Amino acid sequence: MSFSDTERRRAEEIVARYPHSKSALLPLLHMAQDRDGYVTGEAMKDIAELLGLTPALVLGTCSFYTMFKRAPIGNLVVSVCTNVSCLVNGGPALVDSLRARYADDEDVHVEEVECVAACDLAPVMQVNYEFHGPVTSEAAVDVIEQYKSGALVARTISGSPVIAGSKAP
Amino acid sequence: MAVKETLVITKFLRERTEDSWEYAAAREHNNAYGALEKALKMEPAALVEEVQKSGLRGRGGAGFGTGQKWSFLPPDIFPRYLAVNADEGEPATFKDHMLIERDPHQIVEGSIITAYAIQAHHAFIYLRGEFALGAERLQAAVEDAYANGFLGKNILGSGFDLELIVHRGAGCYIAGDETGLLSSLEGERAMPRIKPPFPAVQGLYAAPTIVNNVETMSAVTQIVNNSGEWYAGMGVGKSLGTRIFSVSGNVERPGNYEVELGTTFRELIEGLAGGVKGGKQLKFFIPGGASSPWLLPEHLDEPLDMDRATELGTMLGSGAIMVFDETVDPVLIAWRIAKFFAHESCGKCTPCREGSGWLEKVLYRMANGLGRAEDLDLLLGFGNNLAPGLSWPPGQTTICQLGPSTMSPTVSLNKYWGDEIRARLTADEARRKTLQVTPA
Amino acid sequence: MSSGAMKSVPMSQWPSDHRYSIPVAGDQEIVSITIDDKVVQVRRGELLIKAAQDHGTYIPRFCWHERMKPVGMCRMCLVEVEGMRGFQISCATPVVDGMVVHTTTDNVKSVQDGILEFLLINHPLDCPVCDRGGECPLQDQTLAFGPGESRFVEEKRHFEKPIPISDLVMLDRERCIQCGRCTRFAAEIAGDPLIDFGGRGGTTEVITYPDEPFTSYFSGNTVQICPVGALTASAYRFRARPWDLESVETSCQACAVGCRGALESTSNRLVRLLGVDSEPVNHGWLCDKGRYGYEWVHSETRVRAPGVRRGTELAVTSWPEALDAAATALRRVRDEHGPSAIGVIGGARGTNEDAYAWARFAKGVLRTDNVDAQLGDGLPASMVLGMPRATIADLDRARAIVLLGPDLKEELPVLSLRVRRAAVDLGVPLIDVAARDHGLTPYATTVVRHLPGVIDEAVAQVTAALEGIAGDGPVVVVIGRGSVAETADATVYAAARLAALPGVRFLSALWRANVHGALDLGLAPGFLPGRVTLEAGREHVAAAWGGVPDEMGLDSAGIFDAAKAGHIKALVFVGCDPVTDFPDRTLVRDAIAAVERVVCVGAFPDDAAESADVFLPTTVWGEQAGTTTNLEGRVMRLGRKVTSEGQALEGWRIAAELAARLGSEWNLETVEEVQDEIARVAPAFIGVDASLLRRARDGVVLPVADHLDELTFGPDRPAAGQSWEPIRSAAEDDGEGAPSTPPQPAVALHTWSGDAPAPSAAPIDAYALRLVVARTLYGNDRMVTASPSLAKFAGGDARLLVNRRDRERIGVEDGTRVRVISPKASLDLPVHTDPSTPEGVGFLAINRAGPGASELIDVSATVTDVRVETIT
Ligand SMILES: Cc1cc2nc3c(=O)[nH]c(=O)nc-3n(C[C@H](O)[C@H](O)[C@H](O)COP(=O)(O)O)c2cc1C
Ligand code: SF4
Ligand code: FES
Repeated sequence: MSFSDTERRRAEEIVARYPHSKSALLPLLHMAQDRDGYVTGEAMKDIAELLGLTPALVLGTCSFYTMFKRAPIGNLVVSVCTNVSCLVNGGPALVDSLRARYADDEDVHVEEVECVAACDLAPVMQVNYEFHGPVTSEAAVDVIEQYKSGALVARTISGSPVIAGSKAP
Repeated sequence: MAVKETLVITKFLRERTEDSWEYAAAREHNNAYGALEKALKMEPAALVEEVQKSGLRGRGGAGFGTGQKWSFLPPDIFPRYLAVNADEGEPATFKDHMLIERDPHQIVEGSIITAYAIQAHHAFIYLRGEFALGAERLQAAVEDAYANGFLGKNILGSGFDLELIVHRGAGCYIAGDETGLLSSLEGERAMPRIKPPFPAVQGLYAAPTIVNNVETMSAVTQIVNNSGEWYAGMGVGKSLGTRIFSVSGNVERPGNYEVELGTTFRELIEGLAGGVKGGKQLKFFIPGGASSPWLLPEHLDEPLDMDRATELGTMLGSGAIMVFDETVDPVLIAWRIAKFFAHESCGKCTPCREGSGWLEKVLYRMANGLGRAEDLDLLLGFGNNLAPGLSWPPGQTTICQLGPSTMSPTVSLNKYWGDEIRARLTADEARRKTLQVTPA
Repeated sequence: MSSGAMKSVPMSQWPSDHRYSIPVAGDQEIVSITIDDKVVQVRRGELLIKAAQDHGTYIPRFCWHERMKPVGMCRMCLVEVEGMRGFQISCATPVVDGMVVHTTTDNVKSVQDGILEFLLINHPLDCPVCDRGGECPLQDQTLAFGPGESRFVEEKRHFEKPIPISDLVMLDRERCIQCGRCTRFAAEIAGDPLIDFGGRGGTTEVITYPDEPFTSYFSGNTVQICPVGALTASAYRFRARPWDLESVETSCQACAVGCRGALESTSNRLVRLLGVDSEPVNHGWLCDKGRYGYEWVHSETRVRAPGVRRGTELAVTSWPEALDAAATALRRVRDEHGPSAIGVIGGARGTNEDAYAWARFAKGVLRTDNVDAQLGDGLPASMVLGMPRATIADLDRARAIVLLGPDLKEELPVLSLRVRRAAVDLGVPLIDVAARDHGLTPYATTVVRHLPGVIDEAVAQVTAALEGIAGDGPVVVVIGRGSVAETADATVYAAARLAALPGVRFLSALWRANVHGALDLGLAPGFLPGRVTLEAGREHVAAAWGGVPDEMGLDSAGIFDAAKAGHIKALVFVGCDPVTDFPDRTLVRDAIAAVERVVCVGAFPDDAAESADVFLPTTVWGEQAGTTTNLEGRVMRLGRKVTSEGQALEGWRIAAELAARLGSEWNLETVEEVQDEIARVAPAFIGVDASLLRRARDGVVLPVADHLDELTFGPDRPAAGQSWEPIRSAAEDDGEGAPSTPPQPAVALHTWSGDAPAPSAAPIDAYALRLVVARTLYGNDRMVTASPSLAKFAGGDARLLVNRRDRERIGVEDGTRVRVISPKASLDLPVHTDPSTPEGVGFLAINRAGPGASELIDVSATVTDVRVETIT
C-alpha cells in the first residue's frame, strides 16, 4: 500500500524536523511498520522516493535493524530475553515453551532476543515491546492471551501506541 | 550489612513512584527546569567549567570526563549538535531504562543545559527502539518542555534556541557506540566510524557533536542544581559523585542502586542487592557489563572506582553487575555473551565479523560437552588477533571496542579456570571418541 | 522557464560511515617519516598506506582503494607506529612529521596472518574455478603469509551460488569479503547507489533492491576493483585464466574521453579491457560500454576483404584490384569535374595517423577541401580548433564548471564522473545549462533551463551566477552539441558570450572517439593539419605535400546538399555510416543516390556501403597501433593486441596506397614514420614525435609548449598493478625527459574570434513541442549491436519523451502511439512520460533503430518543432 495523502503529510512533517532528510529514515520505517505490520517493499520504495534515496539504500539500512520485519509475522511479537541475567533465571526455558505453544499461531511471533535492559525483571518478556516480568511460562501465556483477547491493549508491531491509522493488533 | 544508597538522580523517582514522569509532578515536587533557569543565566563557558569542576565522568561506559569532552569542541565551528545516548544495550544494564521511564524531565533538562553549554541548537535523544513506554514518556516530556517554553525559540527569554528530537532506534546494540549512533541518526546502517576524527570534531553531519549518556545528562541537571563542588565532594579518587549500578543475575534483590563511588562491590551485592539468591555461594561476577572481564569473590571488597577497576584488569563500564552462583557454568555464560556479540557485531571489521562468530561456535561446543582438547587454546590463539595482548584495556585490531570486548569472557575463563577447563575438554574429547561409531 | 533551483545536499556528501572527510591527499608541506628504517620524504597529511607505497613499501590491503575514501573495514593494513598504542590502520592514518612506522614486525605479521585466517574461515576454496584465481590478493597473500591449515572446523557460511545483480555483473556472496569497494564505488564515484550492504555482522551481504538491479553505466568497475572473485563480469566469466593473458596499454575508443585501459587477449582474441589509472584522464574508471564494447572487434559482421561493385553486388576482390578501382574512380571524377566534385566524410573513428593520411590524401592529393570528420552533429571546427581550451584536470581546480551542451553521462560517461567528482568531492560550483534534466543535474548548484534555440536569458543567468563565485581557477565551460534538432547557432552564440568573461576556458564535448584528432589533423573544411587554417598553413603544408586545395570547401551538410544538387559527383566515407549518424537521413540517402561514385573505407557493412562502388576494409581498435586525441587535445598511444582476421589494412596504409596510385609516393612504412611526419608538418604537433609519444606516460596535450610541465615520464611505482588495484599507466623509459626548450609551431595556430551572430529567437506556438534530439549511451550504434554483452541494451525503436502535463494535454495514456508531425515528415511514435523533460519540450534519442528523429529533422532549420496528434 502506498502512502496516503495524510501519511505523506505526516511523513513530510517528520522529515522537516531533521536538519537532513535522510535522518528521517528510521522514523519513517517505524511509521510504515506501524501501519502494515511489517515493512513492505512498497513502503521502502515510497520512503526512498520521499527521501531521494534508492530503494537499495533503504533496504540496506532497514535490514540492519532487528525490529524491522520484512515479511508478515503476525500481530504480536513476543520477545523473550535469553541473555545472561535471564539465562540464569529461566529465559531459555521460557522461550522454548512459548515457541512450542505458539508454533502454529500465525498471530503470535515468538523470538529470542538479546538483553532488553530489564534484568531486574528476569526472565523478561516483551509483547509488542511492552515489558512483562518476571514471568513463568504460564504467566506469559496468560499475558499473551489477554492481548489476543483484547483485555490488554497491545502496541503496534513497532511498539508505538495504537493511534488512528495504525494497524490494530 | 547496613549500606545506604546516596540518592541524587534517583531521589525523585524513588519518592514519587506514581507520577514522577509527569510534568506537573516533576515541576512541583522536584523543581524540574529550575537548574535550566539557573544555567541560562550563566555563560556557556562557565557551565562547562562547573561540570569540569564536578569531576563527572561519562556514565555510558567509557568514563571520559564530561566537561573535558565538551571542551574539545573546536572553538569556531558551527553548527554543533548534541546527541544523547539513550540506546542502553550493554547486557544487564537497565539504569537508563529506569531514568527514561521514570524521570524523563531530568534528562530533558540536562540535555537542554548541555546543549546551551556547548551552544548547539539541535539536540537528539537517540532512544533504544525497544523502549516503547520510554519513548512515550520521553516524547511527552519533550512536548511539555516545548509547551512551557523550555524548548524551541528564545528559551525563557534567554535568546537561546533549541530543537530537541526524540529519535527511536530499531534494535541494534552497536548504535550505542557513539559513532555507530551518529551513523544511525543519519539514516545509515549503524556502523561505527574510524576515529580520529572524533565526534567532537566531526560528528553528526560532519559537524562537531557531543555524545553523552542519559545518566550523564541527569547528573548534569543535579550538578547545576547544586554545584560542581558539591558533586565532587562525593566519591573516591577520580571517580566522583554517585552512580547507578544495575545489579542482576543470581541475587535476592536485583535492581538499580545509586551509590557514592567508592562503595565496595560487597556493599552493593551483599548489602543492597541482598546477596546471592537462595543462600548459595558466589562463583564470580561481571563488574561492568558483558564487555568487561570478570571478577571473583576475592574482589568483593574492592571499591567501585573506575581507576581501581582498570588496575584489576577490568572496568566499571556501563555499571551493570551480573552475579553468578556456584551452580553456574562459566563456560555457558561465556558462550551466551559470545553469542550476543556475534549477533550484534556490525560486520564492518574483519576480525570482529568473522571472529565473533567463530568464538561463539567454539564456545557453544565447549559449553555443551562437545569440546575438543585444544579448544580453549584455539580461542586464545585467534582471539589474540581480535584483542591483541588478551588483557584489559585491550589492544585493538578493530574500529570500535566491540571487537576486543568479545574476548573478555574467554580471557576470564582462562585466567580463573584454565586448567580445569582444559581438563574438562580433554575428557569431553575422550568421551566423544569412545562414543564414536564408524559409519557403515 | 528557468530556475536557480535550491538543491538538497547530495547524498554522496553525507558524512556517514564511509563518506568520511579524513584528509587523503595531504598538503604541500614535505615531511620526513621513517618506514621500516628507511627515511622518506612525503606530503604531510597524506595517507600512510599511500606514502609507503609510493616509496616502495607495499602494505597489504583489501578495502582501501586509492580513488576512494578510506573505510578501514578489512583491517589488513595494520602497522605499528611508534608512540601510538597497539596497531594503526595505515589506510586511515595521515602521516605527520617524524612518524616512525613498522610494517613487518612479528606483531604486524601475526595480526595480518590472523586477518587472513578470519577472511578464509567463510571463504570457499573454489580458486580453480574462480575468475580471480591467479590474480587474487586473498589467494596470493594466503600463499605468502597465511596459515597453512585451517583451524576452523565448522561449516562455512552458505549462499545460493552466483546471482546476477545486473545484466553484466554476477555476485557470488560466498566469496565476498565485505570490503565495501563495490558499494562505495557505486555511491561515492558513480553516484548510483543501487547496491548496498544488507543484513548485519556475519550475515552481511551485498544487495540490490529485489526488482531494481545494478543498472549503472559504470557497473563493470566494481568487477575490476573487487579484490576477490565475488563480482564477476558475465562477459568474461570462465573465458580466460589470468596467466594466459597478454596485455597492452591503450585508450578506449567508445567515446572521446579516451580512458586509459589495459587491453587483454588470449589466443588472438580480446577478452578483457581493464581501466588504467591515468591521473589526468580517467582515474582508472571505464564505462560499461567501453569496457565490454571490445567484443565488436570480433563480430561476425565485420567486412574482412575488399570488394568492388559488379552490378548490384559488392564482390570480394583483391586489394590491388580494389585500390585500382577506387583510385580510377576518384581520378576520373577529379579530372572531369575538378577536385571540389569530391567529398570526403568521416575519419573520426580511426587513429591520428589514419586521419592525417586521409587529410593528406584528400587535401594534398585529390586537392578537395570538401572534407569533414563531423557528421552534422558537432560544432564548427573553427570554434573547436581555436577556442581557449581546458584540460580534464582543470575541472578539479576550476572556479566553476558550466555545462553547456550534451548529457555527459550519456555521451562521455567517464567525463561525467570527473565533473561529478569536482562538484561533489571538491566543491566546485556546477552550473547546468540545458533544455532538460540529465545525469549531472542532481549535483548542480545552479540549474538553468531554456527552450532549445533560445539562449539569451540563460546566458544572462550563467553570467550572473559566475559573478557570484569568487576564486582564481578557470571557469571550465563544457561545450558540445546538446541537441541535433537545432543548429549549433545558439550554442556557439552562448559560447561566444561566455568566452568574453574572465578566466573562461572550454572543454570540448564532441563524442566520437577521435573526432578531435581528426579535426586537429585537418579533416575539416578550411583547415590543414595542426590547427592551422587553409590560408595560414597553405605555404608550410604545401611545401611538404606538394599542394593544398585552392579554396575553402564544405562541411558534411554542405557536401550532402551539393551532392544532392549534382555538384558533387563522388563521395568517400571513411569509417562512418552517414545514414545512421547524420541527423537528416533523407538528405543522405538522396545525396548518395545522386552521386556517380561512392568509396567506403570501413570495417562494417553499413547502410552507405549498400551503395558503395568500392569497399576497402580497415583494421580497427585493438588490431592497430597508433595514437588518438581525446577531447582535451591529449594525444595518447593506442595499443595493438590482436591481428586482424582476414585482409583488413590500417586506414593510413590504404590512404597511402591510393595516393601512390594517384601519383603521390609518401614513403611511409611504419606508424612511427607517420607520427614523425605529423610532428614535422602539422604545426600544433611540433615536438610530438614518435619518441615523445612512446615515453610520455599520460600522452601529450597539444600544443606541447603550453603543457610541458604536465608531461610525465617513465613507469610509476609500482610499475603496474593487479587487476583489482589501480593499474598504473606504464610508459617505456628512454631515459630522456621533456624537451628542454618548448618547441614553437612554425605557423601561428588558429584562434577563434569569438564572434557569433545572435540566433534568431524562434517563438514556439503553444500547441507544439520543441524537440531535443541527442544520443543515449546505448543505442543502435555498431559498438553496442555488435558486442554480444551489450546488444541487449541496444534499445528498441524511437519513443517520444514528454512531460506528464504535455502527455495529459495530448490526452493519451503512457505508451500510446501518436502522430508526430514536423515540417519535414510525419511519423507514428509511442509517447512516454518523462520527469526530466520540461513542459513544451519533447525528447527523442537519435541512436534508435527504425524511423525516428532523423526523419523529422531538417538540418537547415534553426530548431525542430513538432505537433503531436492522437491517431484515430
Ligand atoms: C559497542 C559499544 C556499545 C555502547 N553502547 C552504549 C550504550 O548503549 N549507551 C551509552 O550511553 N553508551 C554506550 N557506549 C559508549 C558510547 O560510545 C559513548 O562512550 C557514550 O555514549 C558517551 O557518553 P558519556 O561520555 O556520557 O558516557 C557504547 C560503546 C561501545 C563501544
Ligand atoms: S569492532 Fe565489530 S562492531 Fe565495532 S565496528 Fe568493527 S565490526 Fe563493527
Ligand atoms: S586497507 Fe586499511 S582497513 Fe582495509
